[in-house]
Amino acid sequence: MRFGFASYYNIVNTQGYTIESPDSLLAGSLAAALSWLVIGALGLLPARTGFTLKVLFPAGAIAGLALAALGAQAAWLPASGMVLPLGLPDLPFHLRLDPLGGFFLLLLGFVGAGVSVYCVGYFGEESSPRLRLICLQYHVFLASMALVILADDAYLFMVAWETMALASYFLVTTDHHRPPIRSAGFLYLLIAHLGALAILLCFGVLHGGGGDYSFDALRAAELSPFWASAAFLLAFFGFGAKAGLIPLHVWLPEAHPAAPSPVSALMSGVMIKTAIYGMVRVSYDLIGGVRWEWGILVLVIGAGTTLFGVLYALMQHDLKRLLAYHSVENIGIILLGLGMSMVFFGFGHPAAGALGLIAALYHTLNHAVFKGLLFLGAGSILHATGLRDLNAMGGLIRTMPATAFYFLVGALAISALPPLNGFVSEWLTFQTALQAPLLENGVVRSLLPLFAATLALAGALTAMCFVKVFGVAFLGRARQPAEMPRPRGDASLSERLGLAWLTAGCFVLGLFPSAMLLTLNRVGVSVTGSELGTQALESNWLWLVPTNPAQASYSPIIFLLVVLAVVLLTFRLVRFFYHGRVRAADPWDCGFPEQTSRMQDTADAFGQPIRHVFGPLYLMKRHLPGPDDPAPRFTLKIEDRHWYWLYLPVARLAEYVSAKVGLLQRGRISIYLLYSFLTLIALLVFVR
Amino acid sequence: MSQLPAAAFQVLQSVLVVLAAPLVMGWVNICRAWLQNRTAPSLWLPYYTLAKLFHKDAVIAGTASPLFRITPYVLFGCMWLAAGIVPMLAIDLPFAPAADIIALVGVFAVARVFAALAAMDTGTSFGGLGARREMMIGFLAEPAMLMTLFTAAFISGSTQLPTIVETLAHREFAIYPSLAFAGVAFLMVLLAENARIPVDNPATHLELTMIHEAMILEYSARHLALIEWAVAIKLVAYMGIGFALFLPWGIAPAQDWAALPLALGALTAKLAIAGAGLALIESLLAKMRLFLASEFLSTAFLLAVLGMLIHFVVRG
Repeated sequence: MRFGFASYYNIVNTQGYTIESPDSLLAGSLAAALSWLVIGALGLLPARTGFTLKVLFPAGAIAGLALAALGAQAAWLPASGMVLPLGLPDLPFHLRLDPLGGFFLLLLGFVGAGVSVYCVGYFGEESSPRLRLICLQYHVFLASMALVILADDAYLFMVAWETMALASYFLVTTDHHRPPIRSAGFLYLLIAHLGALAILLCFGVLHGGGGDYSFDALRAAELSPFWASAAFLLAFFGFGAKAGLIPLHVWLPEAHPAAPSPVSALMSGVMIKTAIYGMVRVSYDLIGGVRWEWGILVLVIGAGTTLFGVLYALMQHDLKRLLAYHSVENIGIILLGLGMSMVFFGFGHPAAGALGLIAALYHTLNHAVFKGLLFLGAGSILHATGLRDLNAMGGLIRTMPATAFYFLVGALAISALPPLNGFVSEWLTFQTALQAPLLENGVVRSLLPLFAATLALAGALTAMCFVKVFGVAFLGRARQPAEMPRPRGDASLSERLGLAWLTAGCFVLGLFPSAMLLTLNRVGVSVTGSELGTQALESNWLWLVPTNPAQASYSPIIFLLVVLAVVLLTFRLVRFFYHGRVRAADPWDCGFPEQTSRMQDTADAFGQPIRHVFGPLYLMKRHLPGPDDPAPRFTLKIEDRHWYWLYLPVARLAEYVSAKVGLLQRGRISIYLLYSFLTLIALLVFVR
Repeated sequence: MSQLPAAAFQVLQSVLVVLAAPLVMGWVNICRAWLQNRTAPSLWLPYYTLAKLFHKDAVIAGTASPLFRITPYVLFGCMWLAAGIVPMLAIDLPFAPAADIIALVGVFAVARVFAALAAMDTGTSFGGLGARREMMIGFLAEPAMLMTLFTAAFISGSTQLPTIVETLAHREFAIYPSLAFAGVAFLMVLLAENARIPVDNPATHLELTMIHEAMILEYSARHLALIEWAVAIKLVAYMGIGFALFLPWGIAPAQDWAALPLALGALTAKLAIAGAGLALIESLLAKMRLFLASEFLSTAFLLAVLGMLIHFVVRG
């Protein structure tokens, strides 16, 4: 049964027949990115807010759709390049669109389109000057992400990378009159620049002295194993700072909640994925010849990031902070797939390595879709109720049924439950781990399943966390009814459109995984030159087969149809043989006479088993009131240990060094002239 | 045409397991009554209970959302799917490739998440308590379960249950030390996942100790009946996974009608023995304190990991 994607694959593979020329795809993508810039500039015009909302943001969404369509085609076609007459003299900008870039453009365009539509409703009540600035920053942010993906030389890459960081910094500090948001923005900018510095150094190592900074030159450079590893470590650190690896994650839970919700969705959904793009591009494509030792490092950091992220997410009661910690966790999951892929490539098992890479990239796309969805859902709650604190919510499913449905789909998807998309990528990661018997190294062979166990634990903990989120926010009864402002009803139409778009993404990616598997196989071939086994390529719309059918297969469609059929059949049968009578009553609750909404579990109460089981991992400050306390208050504060062992000491050191350097500043011109003189002498002595 | 007998096997197994599941529950209760010197109830009591519940009017809390009413059907559907995937009567089941062991764990996770959400839906204190505890048992048991299954997957080189059964049933009879460890771990997970003693007590409604029962306190009538039925199917499905991994003999090979009576007999015998064993365990042990469950299940996890490592060491 070879049809659909598989036959398309064959056409492209064997005959070199192309439907669209790759060059026009690249030009189209560039045009889409530039149109974002133009839209952003138009936003500055002193027009009415209606123009910005009803024309500019939808236009941005259309550009996103176009980009997604172009990217999806580019993933199947050979690469194409272009040189722009821009940039510095002798350093023109190089652009290139290859399958890897196409895949990430698809991700950016798909999520960007949904978020842009959502913005129309979300920013509906912004004042005009603020909205104009947001429109500019938002579209520059989108365009810079597209340019990061299209860039084919280190120079343009760094320019786009820094534009992306700055645009997102200004978006994070939209509410800059509030001091906590300013400090969150500063922390973000600081870590972003540490990362950028490392990336710059990595390009320096890769290019090794020639004058050419184009990626072609970097690809061609022959590096000794030592320098290759140094470049990899620099890239891993630099991109890791953007992705939120521990211990560089601290900015995520501060910056993501600070930004307006659509921006959080873009940052969490797309921006941190550009870091994954960078890691794959640099380690597989530019450096080439990945080593298994790198894979072990990636796996260890990835496992730590995964567990840390989910365990801290379980402790949060601020919805957006909680989602930010889950971004940390999901980056860890992506790294688990990437690390396994590196291990298999390093030991010379390209088919298993390709599977790991595909699992990682698939999870990258899935996380972009469901995390975008969840952040938008959190935005709608914030918009309708003014609340971010889970402990004050409750029963929102009654006032916001549509938002509740979309949020539930996102929650089930991130909890890796079949048949939605989160499950598919985690399943592929498990399948990669199960290729472990291929390895000759006994230690590594027995390590891989342990990383799979980490993934299993993280998946189950995520499910717990999202039962908590959905249960506390949407189900039950409203907590603190007196203090809570009345919800304004459900999300607006455009918000619901954006949510529905990403929800559809969760379903399509979950139910038709083979299309993505085969697309990603092309991406893998373009980056590594290796592909899945031939039997895997016979996956069709019904069956997902990662290696061969006897080893593993999965069919989400059959899965869903069987459950749906049984549900409907049972429903009909119960009514046929018995009845469907219902009587309404008060909740029973074991006959407890007094029931108030404050007796429900709060978000903190729900995390209590976790605090009990994983207690030593947290830095907990807890105050328990004594029995005679006239005004008993229970307080609990959970802090991130990284602040105490890493960040605060480094900050103190920096302050100490600055104070010492400050001694040089005397404020007298004669002293400064003396410094210049001494420097000149020193230079004359050393340089000649 | 070759699909026809396979489809017949599929339908036969699904229907049989679903219809017979309450019988297994009844058998466990009888064995437990005998062991505890009580007069045993009728073997058919679970069916009477289900019929009684189906006849009653459903009382639903005014605070409940539609999710509360959908959940019993979702649980029942998930368990039906599980009952159709695990090879109990026959190996060649057309549905089986749709979900391998990892997806099977996913099916149980879907059911758990929906049950926990429904428990929180009415906004009562016990519902939230039950949901929280159930999710705790879930995150402790799931990794242990997967590690157990991975051990079998590494031995047979496949995550498909039919392939695993075929490989394990046709090897020479030898005691695999890795499977022994995995077996103990699986038994512990089975007890925890099915809310049996020593992790939970299916017969209690004591507020401080209940887990599963606290979640379904608000359910009545047909909804409660469907949940109880789904619980019974889940127990049989778990036993079926256990048979597939550790006692894979007697399951009818592909398209062999002649082997069906033997397969039926073998399944009945295995279920009878497993039910009696479960009753014995439940009579001998006492329920643990709630937070000892984490030690119980991390022991299960470590045993499963040990089993897997032993497989690699012995093989390599």
